[in-house]
Amino acid sequence: MEQIFFWILAAGLLISAVTVVAVRNPVTNAVCLVSTLVFQAALFITLEATFLAAVQVIVYAGAVMVLFLFVIMLLDVRVEVLGKFSWPKIAGVGLVLVLALVGLPKLSSAFPFAGEVLHWGRAKVPGTAQDLGHLLFSAYGPLFLTTGVLLLVATVGVVVLCRRDTEA
Amino acid sequence: MGGEITLGHYLVLSGALFLIGLAGVVLRRSLLVVMMSLELLLNAANLALVAVGRFQGIPDPQVAVFFVITVAAAEAALGLAILVAIFRIKKTTAADQMASLRF
Repeated sequence: MEQIFFWILAAGLLISAVTVVAVRNPVTNAVCLVSTLVFQAALFITLEATFLAAVQVIVYAGAVMVLFLFVIMLLDVRVEVLGKFSWPKIAGVGLVLVLALVGLPKLSSAFPFAGEVLHWGRAKVPGTAQDLGHLLFSAYGPLFLTTGVLLLVATVGVVVLCRRDTEA
Repeated sequence: MGGEITLGHYLVLSGALFLIGLAGVVLRRSLLVVMMSLELLLNAANLALVAVGRFQGIPDPQVAVFFVITVAAAEAALGLAILVAIFRIKKTTAADQMASLRF
């Protein structure tokens, strides 16, 4: 059961991620990014991180992607024109990709606990909102408050950046 | 289908996702797509964190991912605001058109 779900979700995740990068229509990119994020949320569920899966769908696939689509609408961007192919760049990226595809399995198998097998229902960490909430408001309390400040600063920054100067 | 699913599977998947995002950041010219690829990079890191936390039995990575998602939301909002501000002046979102510091 774990195998079936993992392989389907992994294939879906990688295919939609490639589509995000490869397609030239920005709306298609954004919609494929939504599907990537939903696949990732499903993978979080296979790892029994249920609260994070919910947050992923609500915050990422919901709020952040709506923001992207709003900006695409606002900017009225056209299909990106193909630029000059710079061969050194493409060769470099291709080389890195090939090396990484060869090296990744070796690298990750060198990781301690890499051979540990996934069995559902045997997670040592409960990923529910209750347990994460306990951690967030006790050990990570100051960090949580700082996040609030960060979001406030970001909000003010966005308002300042997008304001049109009426008097100038 | 290759036996049991292990932590290694998740790490390789996360690495592959990171590489796809990295290719997007390097190769694409539209700043919008570059920002979407940045989200892919963050998601790859999130996947690795949650997987390691799940297999090692420590809940702290999940808290880290929670914070990463928050910071990513702030980053997306600010980045898109900068993009809109640039677009008003330059009428383009192509990264290679932005070669000067002042307009």
